[in-house]
Amino acid sequence: MNSRETILERLGKNSPQDSPLPALPVAGSGMPDPVEKFKTILESIGGTVVHVSTWQEIKVYLNQYFSTKARWINGVPELTRVDDAINFGVDPHQFENVLLTILRGHFGVAENGAVWITDDKMGDRALPFICEHLAVIINSKDIYHTMHEAYDHTDHSEYDFGTFIAGPSKTADIEQSLVLGAHGPKSMTVFLLSES
Amino acid sequence: MKVALFIPCYIDQFYPQVGIATLELLEKLGVDVSYPEKQTCCGQPMANSGFEHLTGTCNDHFIENFSGYDYIVSPSGSCVLHIKDHLHSVHRESEAENIRSKVLELTEFLLDILKVENITATFNHKVGLHQSCHGQRGLKLAQMSELVAPGFSKPETLLNMVSGLRLISLDRKDECCGFGGTFCVGEEAVSVKMGKDRIADHVQYGAEYITGNDMSCLMHLEGILKRQKSSTQVIHIAEILNTGS
Amino acid sequence: MTTATGTNPHSTSNSDHAALAGKFNKDELRVDWHDKTLWFIRKKRDKAAWQIPEWEELREIASQIKNNVLSNLRTYLLEFEEKAQKNGITVHWASDAEEHNKIVYDILSRAGINKVVKSKSMLTEECHLNEYLATKGVEVIDTDLGERIVQLAGEPPSHIVLPCIHWKKEEIGQLFSEHLGTPEGNSDPQFLTAAARIHLRQHFMSSKLAITGVNFAVAETGEFVVCTNEGNADLGVQLADIHIACMGIEKIIPKRKHLGVFLRLLARSATGQPITTYSSHFRRPRKGQTMHIVLVDNGRSERLGSPDFRSALKCIRCGACMNTCPVYRRSGGHSYHYAIAGPIGAILAPGLDMKKHADLPFASTLCGSCTNVCPVKIDIHDQLYRWRQVLTQNGHVGFLKQSGIKGMAAVLSSYKIYQFAGSAGRWLLKYLPFSVNNRFNAWYKQREMPKAPDQSFGDWYKGNRKKKVEKIEN
Repeated sequence: MNSRETILERLGKNSPQDSPLPALPVAGSGMPDPVEKFKTILESIGGTVVHVSTWQEIKVYLNQYFSTKARWINGVPELTRVDDAINFGVDPHQFENVLLTILRGHFGVAENGAVWITDDKMGDRALPFICEHLAVIINSKDIYHTMHEAYDHTDHSEYDFGTFIAGPSKTADIEQSLVLGAHGPKSMTVFLLSES
Repeated sequence: MKVALFIPCYIDQFYPQVGIATLELLEKLGVDVSYPEKQTCCGQPMANSGFEHLTGTCNDHFIENFSGYDYIVSPSGSCVLHIKDHLHSVHRESEAENIRSKVLELTEFLLDILKVENITATFNHKVGLHQSCHGQRGLKLAQMSELVAPGFSKPETLLNMVSGLRLISLDRKDECCGFGGTFCVGEEAVSVKMGKDRIADHVQYGAEYITGNDMSCLMHLEGILKRQKSSTQVIHIAEILNTGS
Repeated sequence: MTTATGTNPHSTSNSDHAALAGKFNKDELRVDWHDKTLWFIRKKRDKAAWQIPEWEELREIASQIKNNVLSNLRTYLLEFEEKAQKNGITVHWASDAEEHNKIVYDILSRAGINKVVKSKSMLTEECHLNEYLATKGVEVIDTDLGERIVQLAGEPPSHIVLPCIHWKKEEIGQLFSEHLGTPEGNSDPQFLTAAARIHLRQHFMSSKLAITGVNFAVAETGEFVVCTNEGNADLGVQLADIHIACMGIEKIIPKRKHLGVFLRLLARSATGQPITTYSSHFRRPRKGQTMHIVLVDNGRSERLGSPDFRSALKCIRCGACMNTCPVYRRSGGHSYHYAIAGPIGAILAPGLDMKKHADLPFASTLCGSCTNVCPVKIDIHDQLYRWRQVLTQNGHVGFLKQSGIKGMAAVLSSYKIYQFAGSAGRWLLKYLPFSVNNRFNAWYKQREMPKAPDQSFGDWYKGNRKKKVEKIEN
């Protein structure tokens, strides 16, 4: 018998009596405005939230805050200033010098300031992590109260890789001093696009 | 209502005044209290050391002494919890079960059974309440800080009935004092450090007395206070509540 | 192991918890610092928990999900294996730590790799993977900043979430100046982190294989989730050709939607954050990459058969129990001489080696704080009590203690002997205090003994109440 069989046999033998699955909490009715909460939480964990109603506003903001001389990767077709079109299948190591990555997210989660992004919108899976600064755009109407609601909405795409990103990378490993910018991006800007 | 007084072994031997205060307090409140004289110990020190399997005769002795009462009341949260959780008998299990359902710590007996709403007692001092772990988390004598739940405290409710008593606030309301039974000698360094830290919390807010439901915790704190030559003293809650005439 | 400068200030010796904790307590100021730091994290957890009115309900739901997992572990693992394989993930099964290490080595040696990056995985700590790979000439770079610090220092982590919580920033600055060439005397966390970023970025860029842990694996979809704040797991994996995920078999959960429950509880319990920066869901390898997952037993399937101790398998490795434990905070993780320290370590370790870890369940006052912060409601302090019974009955308690307790049992079962022993003890304490107050009495080292009263309560009662009763009866 190989290990797999041994383990499975022992598990079968030692299994306790069945314990039923509980019902999950019903997601947030009667909760405060998710957009406001999302902004408050994300800002408290080091992210930046910008309300916009046009793509032009996003362009203006990015040009103002990020050096246009450095390398940007833009994964959002609506933003016509494209430094580098995303190519699938390139060696991700070559993204090491990327200053800014701009991506589309699916939705945000108010209770923790996280944005859900899947690989079909990332271009390369390394991009959200290897760049120095990350910018993500979501519709302000696509902000859910809790993770329970969030998971009701992750099934829409059969993703191969997906991630919740809540703010810039960080660490407090040195005497509990919070430092933004560990191995991933040093900043995260989330644009909340409202319908115009 | 016939009540039996259960006096923990270390109170019997080293702090009889706590037993006396408990008895007198219950008598003042009109309770018919008996003291089964041949009682010894609840067996907790042995069980907590891993020798639960040797507590059989001790348990039977306890059952022998405490069967047949409406309630068994004790000025010790940890001893009461131990009986509630661990009193079993090979031959007298139904009596054991009965006792487990009838054993109460003093403050919960006063509030939940006697429904005491006021007490004639005076204690003109600043007092810190040490919320002993077994009574608090085990017997639910007070809400624990770990839970997201409404606050309450049976000992505090009673202390607030005492005139002149000023209850101080603490930084860490319910951190363990470090006594822990044989832990107090088995892990002496950590035990004492925990005790010193508890004391420092009380002393920084001006406690003249540290009180609580468990003399074991207070004995440990007193040992350190005396070594520090501190003016802060310990006193069991029964002694405070019994200060009325 | 020592650092380049010589003696490691944090080295552990082959001693029991009480001895190691005793050493730790020699530096009282340092203990205060360690204790306050971890208490602060406990307070952050409280603050985060109070943001969720339904927190206690959430704990109960998480507990019940995990109970369901334990009672269907075999089924869920098979479901996960099937789905994961369909997703293109290679699934391996390892009976024990040694087999796990061999499987990992086999994968990397076939690919001709001798350097890997690894993100935090308590499972790999439990299996001593780094040490094993070192014997095979494979360099492992731990990429979590805290883990990298202890790795450079040559010691194990002292906390499962905060690996170098016992290191001061000046000491880290010194370590970095030795190993990374940062200026001596610089202990600014911002500066040191930036230096580590550059140092580790080089390793990310040059490693073809990344090892990660697994926070949760989903049976329903064959995906698994890795949570980090630093982004090191993701960066390592996305730049590597091969991804090996190492997982204890108990980390399975039934459905993707259950992640909602656990991701709400995990970071809040661990550090007081609403969520870790990254919660990455790995479902299929990217094109050109191979993905492996190693399912490790190492005593888990056996523990499943124990009604007294199986619920320890519900653990999601948040570390909340350590942060709240008044003993852990004042003794440090290395006093527990096991990959996982604190209350959860104390109930896991004896299951793997009763002899080596017999001291751990006694390193506790059974205060119960751990049980009540545990997001999945493991009855930790009750298991500590039960382990004490098991260890004693298996002969892992010293002879002196055994005889002492047997003596106690005899005394406490007989009123006459008890009464005699009590008055004898009080007499000794009163008239021959030196017989008690000496260096053999551990209590007396830092505490005064209680005063010996003239009468016991029993004596007083005989003299003051019994007479009354007798009078009335006459």
